[in-house]
Amino acid sequence: MSRAATLQIRAAAAPPKAKRSAVGRLLVAAAVIFLTLFIVLPIANVFTQALSNGFAAYWQVFFPPATDPAAHLTLFEKHQLADQAAHTWSAIRMSCGIAAVVVPLNIVFGLVAAWAVTKFRFRGRVLLVTLIDLPFSISPVIAGLVFVLWFGRGGIFGDWGTRITWPDPASLSWQGFSGHWWPFTFANSYTGIIFTPLAMVIATAFVTFPFVARALIPLMDSQGSDEELAALSLGASGWRTFRTVTLANIRWALLYGAILCTARAFGEFGAVSVVSGHIDSNDTIPLRVEKLWDGYNMQAAFSVATLLALLAVATLIIKAAVEFKTGHDEAAASAAKE
Amino acid sequence: MARANRVIPGLPLTLGYTLFYLSLFVLLPLAGLVIKTTQLSPREFYATLADPVVVAAFQLTFGASALAAAINGVFGLTVAWVLVREPFFGRRIFDALIDFPFALPTAVAGITFSNLYLADGWIGGFGEHASAFLNRLAGQLGHPNPLPEGALSWLDFPYSNTNVGIVIVLVFVGLPFVVRSLQPVLQDWDPEYEQAAYSLGAGGATTFRRVIFPALFPAWLSGVALSFARAIGEYGSVIFIASNIPGKSQIVPLQIVIKLDEFEPAQATAIGVVLLFFSLLILLAINGIEYWSRHRSQAV
Amino acid sequence: MRRFAIFALVFAVGVSLAGGWAMRARSAQNVTILNVSYDPTRELYDAIDDAFTSDYLKKTGTTVTIQQSHAGSGKQATAVVNGLQADVVTLGLAWDVDAIEKAGLIASGWQDKFADNAAPYTSTVAFLVRKGNPKNIRDWKDLLRPGVQVIVANPKASGAARWAFLGLWGAVAGAKTYDLSTAQGLAASIADGKAAKDFPIYKNADALAAVSEFYKHVPVLDTGGRGATVTFAQKGIGDVLVNWENELYLASDEFGKDKFEIVHPSVSVLAEPPVAVVDSVVDKRGTRAVATAYLNFLYTPEAQDIIAQYHYRPRDVAIYKKYAADFPPLKLFTVDQAFGGWPRAQKAFFADGGVFDQIYRPTN
Repeated sequence: MSRAATLQIRAAAAPPKAKRSAVGRLLVAAAVIFLTLFIVLPIANVFTQALSNGFAAYWQVFFPPATDPAAHLTLFEKHQLADQAAHTWSAIRMSCGIAAVVVPLNIVFGLVAAWAVTKFRFRGRVLLVTLIDLPFSISPVIAGLVFVLWFGRGGIFGDWGTRITWPDPASLSWQGFSGHWWPFTFANSYTGIIFTPLAMVIATAFVTFPFVARALIPLMDSQGSDEELAALSLGASGWRTFRTVTLANIRWALLYGAILCTARAFGEFGAVSVVSGHIDSNDTIPLRVEKLWDGYNMQAAFSVATLLALLAVATLIIKAAVEFKTGHDEAAASAAKE
Repeated sequence: MARANRVIPGLPLTLGYTLFYLSLFVLLPLAGLVIKTTQLSPREFYATLADPVVVAAFQLTFGASALAAAINGVFGLTVAWVLVREPFFGRRIFDALIDFPFALPTAVAGITFSNLYLADGWIGGFGEHASAFLNRLAGQLGHPNPLPEGALSWLDFPYSNTNVGIVIVLVFVGLPFVVRSLQPVLQDWDPEYEQAAYSLGAGGATTFRRVIFPALFPAWLSGVALSFARAIGEYGSVIFIASNIPGKSQIVPLQIVIKLDEFEPAQATAIGVVLLFFSLLILLAINGIEYWSRHRSQAV
Repeated sequence: MRRFAIFALVFAVGVSLAGGWAMRARSAQNVTILNVSYDPTRELYDAIDDAFTSDYLKKTGTTVTIQQSHAGSGKQATAVVNGLQADVVTLGLAWDVDAIEKAGLIASGWQDKFADNAAPYTSTVAFLVRKGNPKNIRDWKDLLRPGVQVIVANPKASGAARWAFLGLWGAVAGAKTYDLSTAQGLAASIADGKAAKDFPIYKNADALAAVSEFYKHVPVLDTGGRGATVTFAQKGIGDVLVNWENELYLASDEFGKDKFEIVHPSVSVLAEPPVAVVDSVVDKRGTRAVATAYLNFLYTPEAQDIIAQYHYRPRDVAIYKKYAADFPPLKLFTVDQAFGGWPRAQKAFFADGGVFDQIYRPTN
């Protein structure tokens, strides 16, 4: 039975509100209480704690007031304000940088993997899908452990892994032609791989890479290859078919996968925590939250956490919009088929 | 459904790239685990895993994860059912919120939950908050402080010193898996089948047990298994709320971290390999379930 | 398709802007050194780094940026061994620096390269109790009374927790104590330590029983000293916190002196948190001069004053006198004199299968 027809029947069969049974009411009550306890309360708590000292205090976590040099502050207070905000901003930057590298990588992988898995049948396909899913269920701690095993001293790459020096691509700068034949230089370099931003990028890529593929595979599976076959038989090239037919069909799911991947890249804690070495300049937003919490600064910790909660909420809103859109696409597609 | 189709181009390229990327980010790293494990003698391997503290950690991790998955199995089903079949005010908002545990970093979840269950937190000190509120309300109505101190303290629910907190955060992180697995199936489920059952004289419970649940079962099982798999690996949120006592409340991922900190990478690896093995097993089972259910639905 | 194009464009522009911004902000660099330290020193080094940076700029014209990394002492030593590029380590106990030395990253004899055993300040372990001391906790034995809940960290990962373990063991076993604020006391303890041949203290059955009982009173065992303080002060769990003296003062400053009281036990252990330059890293990075200057700066009166303000016991006698009111005189024993040094204590108590592990083995 087609989806559109099911929708109609469901609309007809859905019980009107007034006639809802006692069981139905009980179920709604149970679901609402459960969701309130497990989801609404935690969200509300994050924001309440962040705003517990008023909005001004919340604002100062990110934009500290200029300290009056004449004011007599204890050493502790002096280092609470400006330094803390500077560290927080550095963490936000780090998270943005990691996401900017990881998300495009995973979009390309997701597209390619979904194509390979859904357009062809081959031996070991179920195993391949399982392997793509693996990072969903692997403990992030294992991701960190693996790093130590490969790149730690005494690891498989042992000495090389801890001695290699590589330029920080983010420190690319202009040094001019005077005395050099090449005008660019790297102002900064890293030694080793573990405990550097590269390790954090790889760990994040590992944890987030199924998201795009996972969003695409079920959709492409259900859409089949008829449209692609039609385009190919009309003489379109493979690349053109992919661009104009496949991409057009999956674009919203792709966007959704990319957004979920972004949210997860910002939010990853366990794996990144192991390979960050706890260095302040390596902090991402979640690591910063942990440090503020450990620095007895509960309100600031929750204030920074609101960034992540807001990101989560934004993700959900976009997702709802996308689902609304895909729902329409699918309904339109199935209506067109009939 | 697509068959082995040589007309569509790109198999060598896409499959090759997929395998390359997969090898680089997953297979190679995990091969490291296996290589390291083979350097352990079987006796060392066994001694690491037979350590009562490690055994207790495995028991706790699997026990708490199973309990959390079971709770999610029951309430996730309820929630999914209600979201699809019982329109109520605010349903769309609740529906959107289901994904929140996916998007919220686990560390924040851990901090938030431990905050909620503190002695003066919203849930940990619920009785106290409730009695204070009632007293204030009564005061405004002219009966100041009818409730003595601690009258409602039996409503307090502080997590401290129990492993309840671990189960609670595991329920939180696992919930979306069950709901999101069930929702599409419920949406495609045709209520005519129920109507038929009703018209044949079956009661609500019977209809659910004999007609609805069997249809949902594959999706439900794979959702529960996914939430279980996620729970056994969970680290960030649990360490904030658990007591972390060896042999009582240390989860397996924490054991791995502690072994690493003690500079015992071989022992950490041995524990890690076992955990990885279970993750892989569960995932294979899930994909098996999905495969089976797809074939079954095609047969219908 | 157009709406998708807009969505995708906004997303792509957003991601690349974020990336570009992240890169720009990271490009300004100068001489940077990394100080890998233990848990409670976050606030201390925040202040010291500022003082050192301006001092060094004044003296040499070089701008130094000091990166900090803080976690449990044992965890940090492991990270350095695994490749964390620390120019200097400032850890909770000498054993952790020894572990880095064993991996070949620090040349032997590091303890002689800086004054006072390479420990620019000392500390000890003490108790923090709730206001009014409702459980009347005065000394180590009070921690073992029924109904008393103790918060302490896991000694496998935390330096403070190892000191606490040794403090309890030594106190129960009756380790010989000295007034270590005087030169005679110090000399006597060193002489006794050198003279001792075997250490019957390890076989003390009372101490073993006390330690086993002690951990039965621990409801939450955090993996770092700081985590233990948060559990006690912020989460409100337990009756007494056993931790670094400086950490207790800091907690009571932060959460309000009206909430907690600090209790010093009758005897305790002298903790000498050591500092060292990580030779293999500074030689490679060419930062030895800065790293050495940084650690030497810790011994200057300016730094010693900051150290005292953060409640660590300074080595500088004049500064110690200035803040004498904060530091009650104590009867202390040292690890070298009472336990024959860290390697021995580590092996007996905290290594895999040691006393601590035995305590938590469920007995069948």
